[in-house]
Formats: sequence, C-alpha cells, structure tokens
Amino acid sequence: MSGCRLWNREHELPVYLANPVTSHQHKSAGTRCAAEGARDSSNCSSSSASRDRSREREPSGDESTRARSHHACTEEARDNNGQSERLLIKGGRVVNDDQSFYADVYVEDGVIKQVGENLVVPGGVRVVEAEGRMVIPGGIDTNTCLNKAYLDSPPVDDFYQGTKAALAGGTTMIIDHVTPQPGTSLLQVFEQWQEVADRKCCCDYSLHVDIPQWDEGVKDELEVLVQEKGINSFQVYMAYKDLFQMTDTQLYEAFSFLSNLGAVVLVHAENGDLIAQEQKKILEMGITGPEGHPLSRPEELEAEAVFRAITIGNRVNCPVYITRVMSKSAADTLTQARRKGCVVFGEPLTASLATDGSHYWNRNWAKAAACVTSPPLSPDPTTPQHLHTLLACGDLQVVGSGHCAYSTAQKAIGKDNFTLIPEGTNGLEERMGFVWDRAAALGKMDENQFVAVTSTNAAKIFNLYPRKGRIAVGSDADIVIWDPDRIKTITAKLQQSALEYNIFEGMECRGVPVLVVSQGRVVYEDDKLNVQQGTGRFIPRKPFPDHAYQRINTRNKVIGRQAVSRGVYDGPVYDVPSTPKYITPAPSAKTSPTTQQPPPIRNLHQSNFSLSGAQVDDNVPRRSGHRIIAPPGGRSNITSLG
Amino acid sequence: MSFQGKKNIPRLTSDKLIIKGGKIVNDDQSFYADIYIEDGTIKQIGENLIVPSGVKTVDAYGHIVIPGGIDVNTSLQAPHMGMSPADDFYHGTRAALAGGTTMIIDHVVPEPGASLLAAFDQWRDTADKRSCCDYSLHIDITRWHEGMFEELETLVKDHGVNSFLVYMAYKDKYQSSDSQMYEIFSILRDLGAIAQVHAENGDIIDEEQKKLLDLGITGPEGHVLSHSEEVETEAVYRAITIAKQANCPLYVTKVMSKPAADVVAKARKKGMVVYGEPITASLGTDGSHYWSKNWAKAAAFVMSPPLSPDPATPDYLNSMLSCGDLQVTASAHCTFSTAQKAVGKDNFTFIPEGTNGIEERMSIVWDKAVATGKMDENEFVAVTSTNAAKIFNLYPRKGRIAVGSDADLVIWNTKETKTFSAKSHNLTVEMNIFEGMECRGFPVVVISQGRIILEGEKLDVMEGSGRFVPRKAFPDYVYKRIKARSRMAEARGVPRGNYDGPVHDVISMTKSVPPTPTTRGPSCPGKTTAGPARNLHQSGFTLSGTQMDDHIPRRTAQRIVAPPGGRSNITSLS
Repeated sequence: MSGCRLWNREHELPVYLANPVTSHQHKSAGTRCAAEGARDSSNCSSSSASRDRSREREPSGDESTRARSHHACTEEARDNNGQSERLLIKGGRVVNDDQSFYADVYVEDGVIKQVGENLVVPGGVRVVEAEGRMVIPGGIDTNTCLNKAYLDSPPVDDFYQGTKAALAGGTTMIIDHVTPQPGTSLLQVFEQWQEVADRKCCCDYSLHVDIPQWDEGVKDELEVLVQEKGINSFQVYMAYKDLFQMTDTQLYEAFSFLSNLGAVVLVHAENGDLIAQEQKKILEMGITGPEGHPLSRPEELEAEAVFRAITIGNRVNCPVYITRVMSKSAADTLTQARRKGCVVFGEPLTASLATDGSHYWNRNWAKAAACVTSPPLSPDPTTPQHLHTLLACGDLQVVGSGHCAYSTAQKAIGKDNFTLIPEGTNGLEERMGFVWDRAAALGKMDENQFVAVTSTNAAKIFNLYPRKGRIAVGSDADIVIWDPDRIKTITAKLQQSALEYNIFEGMECRGVPVLVVSQGRVVYEDDKLNVQQGTGRFIPRKPFPDHAYQRINTRNKVIGRQAVSRGVYDGPVYDVPSTPKYITPAPSAKTSPTTQQPPPIRNLHQSNFSLSGAQVDDNVPRRSGHRIIAPPGGRSNITSLG
Repeated sequence: MSFQGKKNIPRLTSDKLIIKGGKIVNDDQSFYADIYIEDGTIKQIGENLIVPSGVKTVDAYGHIVIPGGIDVNTSLQAPHMGMSPADDFYHGTRAALAGGTTMIIDHVVPEPGASLLAAFDQWRDTADKRSCCDYSLHIDITRWHEGMFEELETLVKDHGVNSFLVYMAYKDKYQSSDSQMYEIFSILRDLGAIAQVHAENGDIIDEEQKKLLDLGITGPEGHVLSHSEEVETEAVYRAITIAKQANCPLYVTKVMSKPAADVVAKARKKGMVVYGEPITASLGTDGSHYWSKNWAKAAAFVMSPPLSPDPATPDYLNSMLSCGDLQVTASAHCTFSTAQKAVGKDNFTFIPEGTNGIEERMSIVWDKAVATGKMDENEFVAVTSTNAAKIFNLYPRKGRIAVGSDADLVIWNTKETKTFSAKSHNLTVEMNIFEGMECRGFPVVVISQGRIILEGEKLDVMEGSGRFVPRKAFPDYVYKRIKARSRMAEARGVPRGNYDGPVHDVISMTKSVPPTPTTRGPSCPGKTTAGPARNLHQSGFTLSGTQMDDHIPRRTAQRIVAPPGGRSNITSLS
C-alpha cells in the first residue's frame, strides 16, 4: 500500500517541483513503510474496519468508500486522480492574490493545464459552469490537530472526519501538527502520523513537527526530517511548564539550529511559568470552572511571550511564525516588530476571528468548556474586528483554524478542574467563511487579499507555492468556486465534524463554497461531499522558503560582526585573588584585618576593601593613568570617537 | 531604630545656618525665601526670619537652592570576582557630595545562597564607618529560595529596607526564572516593598557571548554586541508583565536604551505602577566608545545593560525624563580601576562592569535637560531628588525644602560651566567616561545634615558621619494604587449547576493538578502518555472511533447545544 502511494506521488509531481526528495531516499522510505505496514497491518485494517462501520450511520456522501479495505481504496484513488477527471470550469472570475480576471480553467490529471478564454479542450470533458462566481485557489489550513490525543483519547475529528470538514469549507490542504510526547522519537511519531494520514486523509496534507523538548538527540532527527522527509516547519512551546516548555536558552539554540536548516520556527507563545503560578492561585481561590482558563492566561502573558519569541528570533536571525494570535495586544506586538523589520508572521485562528472569550463565563458548563483553547479567546469583544483589520492590511498573514475537536465528554474530564480540560476548538470548516463574512463582505479586505490570507501566504511561507495557493498553469488543481453572497447558518447539526457542538452555533456566515475541486476531482458539490478516505497525498516541503528566507540569507551575509583591532593592552592587570573565574569570591578566603570580629563568613568584603583602598589608590593607577586617559579635548572629542 | 548611629548626636548642633537670598526650588514651585537651619533640620523658611545671633550666613544670591540630590543606585561595596570597587563608601560619598548629592542608596549584593541579613549587617557596618553622607540600602536577591521569606520580612519590618532587586541576567549566577520572580514579586507586594529589576535576558546574553567569543571577538565591543538593546527591552517587557500579574510595583533600574524606555512609558500609559531609572551614563554619553582603539577607554564604558551605540539615545532619555515617562535619575556608580578592568583584557566577559557617574549626575541632567529647555527647574528637582524620596518612602524628610525636613541642601549655580576630567574629579579611578565634557550647572555650596560640606572649591567631608536612613514599607506614592487594585481585582468563579453529563473515561488515572515534572500525562493537551510502546496512538484511535463517536455524544448533543437562535443568542450570553 505504501508502495502505491509513493509511486503515485512521484508521477503526480509537476515538473517544476519534481524530486524534492532524492530517489535513494524514496527507496529507503519505501522499505521503511513496507516494514511498518507489515507490522501494523492487522492493527490498521481492524481499526479502519471498525471506523468504517462506525460511520455507517452518518449521512455523509461517502457510500463508495464504506466497507472497502484501504488497498482497494488507494488503487481506486490512483485511478481516479490519475486519469479519469478532466474538468473545465467555465465562466468564472479567477481570483489570485495579485489579480482577478475572467477566464476558464481546464484541469487534467489533477493539474491545471490551461487558463484562458476559448480554450481548446478534448471531448468528453466535464464542464462546470461557474456563472460569474469567484474561482479561487483552495484554502490551506496551516494549523490543525487531527491526531493529537489527550490522555490517550484522540480527538473526535480524525484525519478523515477533519479533512471532510475542511473540504466542505473550501479548504483543500491542511498542515497538521505532529505532537510527540517528550522522550519519544520525532521520526517515529512523524512516520506514525504520516501513516495514519495516508490512510485517512481526503485532501492533500503536510505536517509540522512539534519539538517537545530540546536536546542533542533531537538535532539529528530534525536534520533527517528537513533533508529527507520534506518537513520545513517545527513548533516550539513557550507554555506548558514542565511538559513542553523550553527555556530561553533552549529556544535560542533551537532557533539557531533550525535557521541553519532553513526551517520556519512556529512558536506557541504564552509564558508558561506565569500560567502555572496563576493556575495554582486560581484553583486555590476555588475557581474550578472554565472561566479559570482565561483568568489564568491573561492576554499580557501571550503578548509577553510573543515579544520574547520575536526578540530571540531577531537575535538569531531566524524567521518566526507565531501560531494562534488570539489577542489584540499580541497582534500589536507582532505588528510593531514587523515595522522594525523582523521576519515574523502571525496566524490568527478561526475562533479568534469569529468569536470572543465572553463564553467562558457561560452558565452552561459544556458551552463554556467548548471554548477552552490556548491561548484563550480574548474576553474583549472588539478583538475579532481588530484582528480582521490587521489581516486586511497585511500585518497578520495567515489564517489557521487550530482545529482540535474533543467531545463534551472528553472536555468533562476537567469538570472539577479547568486545567484538565482538553484544549481545542473547531474551526476547520468555518475558517474561510468567517474571513469572507467579517472582512471581505464588509469591505475591509478585497477578494485578492482574501485569497492571500486563506491560501497564498501560507503556501509561500511554507514553500508550497506555486504548486498550491495559486490558479495558474502547472499548479495543482485545488480549486474552489466561491459564492460570496450565499448565507449559511452554522449549526452542529449540519456540520461535517463529528462534534456534537459548534462554538459558532447559530452564527450566520456570508460566503460559502459551492463547488470544491481537490486533486482535479470534484469533491463537494450542491452541499454534498464525495470523498474517499486515503486519497490525500503527503506534500513534502523543501527548506529555505524564499518568502521567509530571502531576507534572512541576505542579512546573514551583510551583518558581519568584526572585532576592533587594537594594540595589545600592556598596562597593569589586577590580580584576581580566588581561582575560579566567573565566580564571586569564595567565602573561605580572607578575614578582615580592619574591623569586625563576627564569624569569618560575614566579613569577606572588608578585607578587599582595605586592599583596594591602599593598592589601587596609591601605587598603580596614578601612574598608568597618564597613559590611558584621552587627551582632554572637549565634547566633540568624546562623541566623535567611532 | 536603635542602631542608627553613634554619631548623629554630638557634632552637628553647633552648626546653625541661615541661607539668604536664594530662590528655593521644590518639585512643585519656586519662591524666594531665606532658610534657617538648626540641628541638622530646616527650622524656618521665610523672609525676615528672626534667628539667634552668631548664626553663620550663607549667601545664595543669584543661585537656586534645591533639596540635595538622592542617588538611588550605587554599588560602592559590591565585589566583582573578588575585586572591590575602586570607590568605596568614603570615596564614593565624597564624590557624591561634591556633585550635589546628599544621600545615596547602595545595593547590598549577597553571595548567591548567603544570608541576606548577614550581608546587610556587613554593608551597614562598613557604611557606618566610611560614609560621609546619609545612606540607605537596597538588597539584591541573588538566589531565591523559599526560606528567604523570613529574612525578607525581618529586613522590611525591623531593618528599614523596602526595596529589593531581582536579576534577570547573569545566568547561573544571579538570574531568577519567571516563576521565581513571580513568587518574589508576590511576597514583596504583601510586605509592601518595591521590586527592582536588573532587566536583561540572561539566557540570550549567555548564548551571544559564546557566539562572539567563538567568532574571535574578545574586546569590549563584544560586550555591547552581546547585550543588545532588544535583550534589555525584552526583559523590561517581561518584568512588567510579571509585575502586573503579581500586582506588585516595579522599578526598572538602569534604563539604557530607547526601546526599553518606550516599553516603560507604554506600560505606564496602560496604568501599570512602574518606574524607570535612566542613569548618568545613559543620559550623558553613548556606546560608540566601545569601539575605541584604546582598550582602556573602551573597557571603562563596560556596564550592564551597556550604553546604547545609538548616539540619539541620551537626548531621547532626557526627553522622556522631562515629560515624566521616566522618573528618577541615578548613577549606577560602580567603578573599577583600569588594572581591574584589565582582568578581562583577553575576554570581554571578565571585564568588571560599572562606570562612574555619582559626581556628574546632577550637572549632566541640568546641562542636557534644563539648560536645553527640555525641563524646568522644578522637574529637575523632581527627577534628581523628590521622586526618589517619594518612591522609596523618604519623603518629606528628604527631597524637599520645608520646615522639618533634613537640612540637605544644595546651592546650585545655573549659569557657569564646569569641565569633567579624571584629573579634577573626586574619585580614585583614573578614567572618567565623561572626560572633557563641559556642563552648565554645578553646586557651589552643599549642606549635608546641616553642615557645610562644600563651599566654593573646598570639600570638607567627615568620614563616618553618614547615617543609615531606614525606610518604612508601603510607601504611599507607590502603594496607594496597588492597595486599591488588590481590593478590586477579586476574580470570581461562575456559579453553575453541577455538570452531570457523561465524562470521558481517563485510562491512566493520574490526577495531579498542574503538571509536575514527573507525571507528564495530565493537564496538558498533549497526547498519549509516553509509554514504552511506540504505537500508542494507534490504539487510541480505535478506541475513540467506536466509543466516543457512537454511544455518547450524539445523545448528549441535544442537551448541550444552545437552541438554534441566531447570532444574537450567542453573543448575548455572558
């Protein structure tokens, strides 16, 4: 099965992106997968079988996949996106991030073959009438957690359920977070993630890898991941004390190392030390409900960590990508840093763009707990508008969803202690709709900027461009026909996600996808999904994305630090009494000749005193003084010294 | 305070003084009046005073009379790698008086792990013997541990110390972590003390130092390269965040760069109780000298945070000082001779840190801010004396010319200029970082404890005449707001019915509250407890696939979801 996938992948790659990985690595990856496949095979198939059964009751449009083994699945997937679908999208307005124009789009073999008017296409092609609506590149959701288990129980939206929701919302690619536990091998967890995703994903995907701890061993694995596995983004945590949190020193080392590899550093920015303290305090006060969550994570802590992350990134000259910008102050901090020229990107989430943190005080525990995510939603109701404004003007660049769905029963693990509530909200399906509704429909941003923040910027930052994020000849056929006027009411009953609630319940949203094409296949049409498990491909990403690294590379070349060449200092050198350098005087050394009796330990400094009083003052310096002092020359002399 | 000293009784009584004809300048107003001083305190202020005969008259015509300066940041005793500063309490306070400063607050720096009380006693002891002007002490918390609480309490309640410094730099030596700072700040707030920070990110500095040494940069320029402005700014920002969380007043020592000052100013605009202290060096000169070809000269400027290489910095800080965004000027005087500095001749990290400035402080503020029209004379008194007295609870004993205040006065010549030079200064070091600078404004007469110390060019100090001035906790100027906020800021829980829905069964039953280093499963949105097996997630998968999805949630959904009611329903819920 994995063999199939790899074979697939090579053929599907467009020429300009061909071979991001060497063939040798392919081979080794193949053998690895085969071995793993053999080991897991019983496990996998039984689990998937049970899943398939479990899905039977659901009214999704995946009749065809049901009760099929994945072998069959993948075979058919190959057939499907290999040849069958030829598609002509007629009469739409193609909207890229830079311009919009009326044109037809012809798709074959999962790739856009022609864009223009009066295209000459072979017969038997399916024609889709766009009727003047927008034809946009499929969305890219850069932040999902579809396989991140909490206390051994995985989220209810797995790769299958989650990507279904993504496609229904117009998102045709996700980048999921691989979240290893401290002490586990990044590589193994990565492979495991990839294996699960290959089996279940309905749309293309890629993976970020989270670094749970920093040590020497991690470095080798990171190198392998970047150079052989096609990963160019890694997340570090400034929160979750004693679990994932890194110290500033570790962050500095991690940033330096990753920038040498050409990776983008993602930062979960919150001050974990302070959160731990606040949590303790708030639990002691007897506050155990979800309102304790935002109370223990005020937005200052987020803004502080953002500031610190940017400082470290700038010192190391490493691009920093702040995941989950949830508050105004964090966003402002980021904006100011960009003004100063730092290479930093910010990603607000669906939740922070569409709702606010007032719900944490809801009387309904389940409803309040549903909003628990980190950093929390800001209780300030003007936050969403502010974040949209920053998105529109380019100060924030990418919209993610942070989709990580836990059922109410799972959330209820923390019913007596808010620190145990699993964190995460939905947002994968609603992401693009809310950006349109709150920004584009109100005139804050234009349609091109809409495409930029939902798709193109992400593709550029993570080096998927122009394969993804653009409608152009040679790009992947991930295309959405967007109806900017249709209004949809969001409700848990009609969503693709397996959650029983939706934090946006009842909200109206203007702008919906009417047709979604993924890998050249129509997967969503007339409110119906037609997806197949396991059709999603892993998209490898090369290091040193231009969008993030061009400036960094130039700066590295330009900023040379040079020592001042001076003559050798040949004046007197004070004799440092105690041996160990860098350490202040040891308590043992001296007793005071001058004064005080009390225990030897206390009077340390006394002796030094008389020493310097006599030595320094009298003998040495007055003589050397003449040598050293600059000739008196007035103010100009002082300030003009370079 | 029983210990406050042997020597304040006998000598001063003889000195009765009347200062005539000067313009008295306080921080709030200026007026013409005479001042009569007896027993070291100001007894009368006004015109045509009736005074006993035989009183010495000091003529202040044409000059202004201001409260003596208070220098709140000196290190006259703190050793570095076993080396004592070149200027000890005697030389330091002598220079202070010569510059118009009549009180200093020195930093007690205990060895990490040593007793704060013992260090305090030792400092007191030396200072009582050597100091020539009144002094008080800050205590630096060099290594925090729980047991320190009692010591802090004793120091605050019995020894008259109300300010403690925490280091965010000097990794593996003095540096405190964020958690420690939060704990310290919380305790200081409860005790009514002021938290001071040395704000620089020690972790980054440490890494940068390694990097620079690897690059072969060993001279003093490495110091400023490794202590960049951003590192200072970041730490200031973080310190303010932590203080805000702990609701503790914060005093940032040594504001050296523009962005750091901006962060302080911005936090004040948001209502934070935070104070910023630029120092003589950052107000008077800049960091371009680190690149001087003369090693000794470059090394003389080494201090932390370093002087900013941006030549516009002094001007900027003076402006901030003038508009009240920064409040206090200090000197951070800590001098080492060139021979001592030369310990780091092959490695800039060994250069002992510190510059002079105790003598030049007030003149530089006058020259750079008042003489240029940035601030008025009242503001000058505020930033050199009154604000410090208010923040550290010395007011109105110090920092004001009023009946009953201590007779620490300076008659200030505002018209003529004076040139700083290592040849003429009152310090023992052979370098002066302000060499050759010409400043308008200098003291012509300095009166400390009612005694004339400086008159004309003549300096007449008495070693050991300085008294320790204890400071009470909860200074009004700082704590009024803090107290009100503590009363207001009670977070409250939401009263809810018990959640009686289904609860997901947690398999591994470790119920610990916030994650402890050992049990890494619970309170985090991580995943699988890292067991021995690799395929954990796999099993998790099947489990949820069946359990969660099928049985439970679909049923509970009806209970939980708010009835569909459109947008208004959602947003009006509170």
